[in-house]
Amino acid sequence: MTLQVELVSPERVAYSGEAKMVIARTTTGDIAFLDGHVPFIGVLQTWPVRVLHEDGNEDVIAVHQGFVEVSAHDAETPTRVTILSDVCELADTIDVERAKRAKDRAVHMLAAQPDDEDAKAALARAEVRLEVAGVPKSGNSHP
Amino acid sequence: MPGAQERVLRGRIAATQNTKKITRAMELIAATRVVKAVQAANEARPYSEHITTVISDLSGAGVATNHPLLVRPERTEAVAVIVLSSDRGLAGAYNSSVIRAAEREVLAAKDAGQRYVLITIGRKAEGYFRFRGYDVHAAYGGFTERPSYAHARDIAAEVTSLFGETVQEVRLAYTRFISMGTQEVVVRRFLPLETGATDHVDSEAAAATAQFEFEPSSAAVLEALLPRYIESRLFAALLDAAASELSARQRAMKSATDNAQELIIKLSRKMNQARQEAITTEIMEIIGGAEALAADQGDDEDLLLDYLSSDPFQPLTRGRQPSRTGPSA
Repeated sequence: MTLQVELVSPERVAYSGEAKMVIARTTTGDIAFLDGHVPFIGVLQTWPVRVLHEDGNEDVIAVHQGFVEVSAHDAETPTRVTILSDVCELADTIDVERAKRAKDRAVHMLAAQPDDEDAKAALARAEVRLEVAGVPKSGNSHP
Repeated sequence: MPGAQERVLRGRIAATQNTKKITRAMELIAATRVVKAVQAANEARPYSEHITTVISDLSGAGVATNHPLLVRPERTEAVAVIVLSSDRGLAGAYNSSVIRAAEREVLAAKDAGQRYVLITIGRKAEGYFRFRGYDVHAAYGGFTERPSYAHARDIAAEVTSLFGETVQEVRLAYTRFISMGTQEVVVRRFLPLETGATDHVDSEAAAATAQFEFEPSSAAVLEALLPRYIESRLFAALLDAAASELSARQRAMKSATDNAQELIIKLSRKMNQARQEAITTEIMEIIGGAEALAADQGDDEDLLLDYLSSDPFQPLTRGRQPSRTGPSA
């Protein structure tokens, strides 16, 4: 059996489909879900969620914080992975130029105020967007 | 002067026709937007449903009870009232009924000796309460027809920051969208969060949820989840209100268009009658005049008579022409 995957943003269901494995990063570390995973609720970081399909293809979706829930399952109902997030962005909906600009802005702000939490979050968001959109990373790497 | 009334009526018909065109256009615009608004409300539903599920999962695991956002303070000294109205009018009784419901809440709080904090959404409510000298704590507007999640987040952040210290209860007055034909003004307790969602978890579901794993911990999940839950509830209310507003406007504009049409028919009848009357009067005058002249026929002193008896239309012009052309020639 396969996993039922759903990404839900407040405004709509951003993604829904079947998958073999889902990899996400919670606040304590990476976690992968396979069929038959125990019921689980976790808080996500701003990090791309990877959805691996049976045929070896992979969808990468930018998720900016939120939750992942694995619901209880039995013989009839497949394991369901639901990701709830304020912002779920698929690669083709990301505005690369805007993300680049946002990143530059955040880098500038951090240069002026290294402790600015908003700027740090903005930088993380922009980097995740760029990574999901398939833009090669520049010098500074992820934490 | 005959025909004066007719001309006035003609003007009124033209004006009513213009009004009808406008209300008809507004009706059609509202009709297309209400479909989109209902769709947006439906698309937003899975998120709030899932969040509610997760919260009941958490309560099944026995955590969701003593968070400050869930606990009712011992003394309620101040109540916050959030009212969801529209930015623009011409929506029938939509604004007045929701504003009245909110005003009742404020007055009830005053009567109970509590302070109130008023938060208005939509310019209509802001105008109403400011004009009547109420103390409006915060006013949002400009997005009521098409609210986005960012708006809900801003308002939720403000409300959450008030809750606890400044106010001990938050009530939300908005118009619930039931169907295109039915909307209902409701006042709901917004904070502390109703635990009703967690009450009807039956034992079987509780047993199933008890085995949930939490990361980093159930308390941390709850901590991160509750603000989202508040936002999503407010967002759902905003979307409901938007759909209600548009559907109220559609209905109001439809009846305005119908009334305009009715008025046009009435005025046209009146105008036709007036025109007919004017014509009749004119004919009567002509006949009366002709009869009076006919009665005078045979009087040698009246020069006009000679002309009338030969050709009734010629004599007047012939008689006047010399005097008109004379001086200029």
